[in-house]
Amino acid sequence: MAHMGMKKQRMISSVVYHLLVAAFGFIMIYPLLWMIMSSFKESSTIFREAHRLIPESFHFENYTNGWRGFGGYTFGTFFKNSFIISVTASIGAVLSSAIIAFGFARLRFPGRNIWFTCVMMTMMLPFQVVMIPQFLIFKKLNWINTMLPITVPYFFGQAFFIFQNMQFIRGIPMELDESARIDGCSYYGIFLWIILPLIKPSIITTSIFSFMWRWDDFFGALLYLNSPSKYTLSIALKMFSDPSAQSDWGAMFAMSTLSIIPILVIFLIFQKNLTDGIATEGLKE
Amino acid sequence: MTAMPQPRRAKRKKPASLSEFLCRESVAGYMFISLFIIGFLVFTIIPMIASLYLSFTNYNILGDAKWIGIANYVKMFTRDSKYLKSLSVTFFYAFVSVPLKLLMALIVAMIMTRQSRVTGLYRSVYYLPSIIGGSVAVAVMWKQLFASDGVINSVLQALSINSTKSWIGSRDSAIWVLILLTVWQFGSSMLIFLAGLKQIPKTYYEAATMDGAGKVRGFFSITLPLLTPTIFFNLVMQTINGFMVFNSGYIITQGKPLNSTLFYALYLYQKAFTDYDMGYACAMAWVLLVIIGLMTALLFSSSRRWVFYQGAR
Repeated sequence: MAHMGMKKQRMISSVVYHLLVAAFGFIMIYPLLWMIMSSFKESSTIFREAHRLIPESFHFENYTNGWRGFGGYTFGTFFKNSFIISVTASIGAVLSSAIIAFGFARLRFPGRNIWFTCVMMTMMLPFQVVMIPQFLIFKKLNWINTMLPITVPYFFGQAFFIFQNMQFIRGIPMELDESARIDGCSYYGIFLWIILPLIKPSIITTSIFSFMWRWDDFFGALLYLNSPSKYTLSIALKMFSDPSAQSDWGAMFAMSTLSIIPILVIFLIFQKNLTDGIATEGLKE
Repeated sequence: MTAMPQPRRAKRKKPASLSEFLCRESVAGYMFISLFIIGFLVFTIIPMIASLYLSFTNYNILGDAKWIGIANYVKMFTRDSKYLKSLSVTFFYAFVSVPLKLLMALIVAMIMTRQSRVTGLYRSVYYLPSIIGGSVAVAVMWKQLFASDGVINSVLQALSINSTKSWIGSRDSAIWVLILLTVWQFGSSMLIFLAGLKQIPKTYYEAATMDGAGKVRGFFSITLPLLTPTIFFNLVMQTINGFMVFNSGYIITQGKPLNSTLFYALYLYQKAFTDYDMGYACAMAWVLLVIIGLMTALLFSSSRRWVFYQGAR
């Protein structure tokens, strides 16, 4: 009987545990669910029925209304711009960071520690300190209102990704490099043919993070993009939400929902890479 | 094999060819990090020097920069009450949101250590806000949650609490709306804590139980001390980020009402790109750098007293 009692007690505690954790999880994602659900409500009723999560009937016209965009450009343009910029900057950031990481992790050269300190420094440096001169440089180059200022700088390595790749490369046995050297392979060959294929998991993780961060980037777009034809999603959504522009909240939530779909899809597919990446390296925004 | 060394040795004596030069370890090292060095010089060092110079000038982007000595710095602390306000708003925000976020992350991580079939699902749900929380879509949605006719008031009214105030329109509550948005994104810190918790050997707890220590004692004597390096790492990174907060203040409240959410980075942006007072904005940026440097140094020096590194690895 005592045994039965304990079993019962354990079951009750388990049920209470799951109820609490699940309820709290629901509260955590409620704002998101509300946004997604509101995008299907009739625009004028969104705030009258803010307390209701599920719409009385599903309306899809918010999506067609919102897609029309503004300034003569549809959200198709903004999606395309976001996509091109995110992919370009990410390719640059991921590849350059892998190359740089190999140099720091595997090769000995005078000044290595000083340069590595510089890498760490860029991680802690507030962007505001370089923001204005960078803006002036890009202005001189006539790069304002192009995607160059928000893509080119990523081709020179990003501290978090360099660090992440270095940790990964250090886990690869040195013997692999050494045997390749005996066979006459140069450092460049070792990187290209031995290390690069082996750090694929790390490349995938950094690619995902890079893409998500670039996709969400608002500040760069705010600084450098000033005509609707060049807008990325984040700046377009901000403009779209300004009360002076319009107050069709249904359309607003519809476009907001669309804008986070790529991130949600990546999250669902690569969940494990993301959680492992965070857990091992402390990568985060 | 032994017949060949003669010509090869002769070849070595010649001036090194380009490929031989490139194959030296030190040269190859610099080749690999050359991208970083170029980027570092062009996008960090030169702009840093330029911004330090500009901080001592009056520069409005159109004319030439006029040297005015430390006038910008003096003005900041003596004649610009809006600046001092932005400083206090940012300190308040960082000192409230970072501890709250980390406390939340730690508590939830502790709860998550209980293994079950759905733990992975819970972890993802709690992590999701961190993934999308920085987006404009979420900021705009957050604004509507706390509007006078938003979800929060609707729910309160449904619970028959009569609330019609606009949470972002009131001086007392606006900053808390932004703090809540930050705390909501505790997921990434939680994952780092979870990784730290996993590294604590189970045998420690077993030994503690044998000695008659309860769960609470176990937490304060084993978990917490062994987790201090992880807490420290989180604290440093989140504090740095906290001082640089911009997006939520810009998108949700525009620094309003009555400058109660005027973050440092937001005021700096307004000075630079609304007023085109670029010299002043550069001076502000350098003060921010000093503040962040001091905070980091303070955390590091305090760490000797409370961060517990387990043996030598």
